[in-house]
Amino acid sequence: MATICEVTEPREIDIQNFSFYYAGSEKPALKNISLPVAKNRVTALIGPSGCGKSTLLRSLNRIHDLYPGNRYEGKIMFEGQNILDKKIDLIALRIKIGMIFQKPTPFPMSIFDNVAYGLRLQGIRNRSELQDRVEEALKGAALWNEVKDRLKDDANALSGGQQQRLCIARAVAVKPKVLLFDEPTSALDPISTQAVEELVIELKEQMTIVIVTHNMQQAARVSDYTAFMYLGELIELGKTEEFFINPKEKLSEDYITGKFG
Amino acid sequence: MNKRKLINALIMTLSTLSALVGLVFLFWILWTLFSKGLHAMGLNIFIYDTAPPGAKETGLRNALVGHLILVAVACAIGIPFGIMAGTYLSEFGKNSRYANFIRDLSDVMMSAPSIVIGAFVYAIMVAPVGHFSGWAGAVALAIMMIPIVLRTTDDMLNLVPQTLREAAYALGAPKYKVTMQIVYRGAKVGMVTGILLAIARIAGETAPLLFTSFNNNFFSTNLNDAMASLTVTMFNFATSPYDDWINLGWAAAFILGAFVLFVNIIGRMIIKKRGRR
Repeated sequence: MATICEVTEPREIDIQNFSFYYAGSEKPALKNISLPVAKNRVTALIGPSGCGKSTLLRSLNRIHDLYPGNRYEGKIMFEGQNILDKKIDLIALRIKIGMIFQKPTPFPMSIFDNVAYGLRLQGIRNRSELQDRVEEALKGAALWNEVKDRLKDDANALSGGQQQRLCIARAVAVKPKVLLFDEPTSALDPISTQAVEELVIELKEQMTIVIVTHNMQQAARVSDYTAFMYLGELIELGKTEEFFINPKEKLSEDYITGKFG
Repeated sequence: MNKRKLINALIMTLSTLSALVGLVFLFWILWTLFSKGLHAMGLNIFIYDTAPPGAKETGLRNALVGHLILVAVACAIGIPFGIMAGTYLSEFGKNSRYANFIRDLSDVMMSAPSIVIGAFVYAIMVAPVGHFSGWAGAVALAIMMIPIVLRTTDDMLNLVPQTLREAAYALGAPKYKVTMQIVYRGAKVGMVTGILLAIARIAGETAPLLFTSFNNNFFSTNLNDAMASLTVTMFNFATSPYDDWINLGWAAAFILGAFVLFVNIIGRMIIKKRGRR
């Protein structure tokens, strides 16, 4: 069983005995994972390629449901409900739990329309309200100064780092309670990476963050809690400062000292 | 010189020559079309209808207008069907057995001889009512168009990265909005190009019109009647013994050739522009 540190703070998400099966597979990709996610904190998921960290992250907004045949077991509690419940309104869930992907995913439209997209989905039509919310989101994503004079330009004209911050702005605009980051900086240069990392730390004042990263230094820099996964299992959850100095599990120690992975 | 270099030089010469032969024929066709067609062109082509041989006031107005109507109606039927079917294949059917069956069927349809499609439409739309009609011609052209539009739509939607769809879903978008607002937008350029090429493809067809819309020597915009088209007029006039009719045939050929060339070039320019981005 995994070593789980004590989480005394309020929990935003509580993953309980969670297993996940990809379509057509009898073998679980995630095995019996129990993981608390503290509110307004950054929880990092680390582990070698194929350990299931992205699979776990993608379960939290049930994006796996787009592909038929995937199967969940156990519970993921959020706002007093099990989000794996069949009756859960996925659209409402995904508005509350946003996601940033590995590669920037700007929509093929203007910068303004990108950020406004989620707001318009929610039925906000008022021009000045949209403008205010877009400006607020772009400022929140530290992109406003770079794009304020060209909001009507195609979002694809931005640099990779700017595109990723645009995607963060787009996700932040709808004011989610949780933001999931799936290796958000692996396609970015060091300067853009730093900008995104600073954003992650700032954003936790307003929301809970779960970030998957293959970069241990990044986990150490941005997160409050670190969860180490291996072969579909959660090995250890620790407070980040303790985890990297004094891991409780042998496997975690081997991984962070670079013996494998 | 060693053997490898010799073979290289030989193959290169042969393939360059083959390419030249192809190009020579293309330019020969274009040259003939332009020299003979341009000579036959004039304002009369656009203001007078086809007339008996020897008539002074003769032109192609009825054929031009009829052709435009036929192609436009064919587009109005074929494009929505093609887009919807392509959308089904890419976004809903994906790799299911049924979807793959439709894909294969559409490929077969794309290579079906156009005269067979004409005969089919004759059997279902002309024979039962007892007269030719513009509707029948337009339907025959639309049937030719659907598999082309379907295929390009399917292909172009498939090129839209899956992560773009996931990003839209992650913002809480329902499926129809993801498809209509994100996926279509991402594939817009490719889809428009496919549609343009499909229009160019059907605009030059004669066989499906021969016994569906037939021909009409008078100006008519009534789709319930036989309708003149540039291709059928060209076929009739070019095979006639009268010089002035043959000249009109060349004019029709010139207009058609120029139109198809124009649409093709526009289509390819769009593809190129997208490639650069």
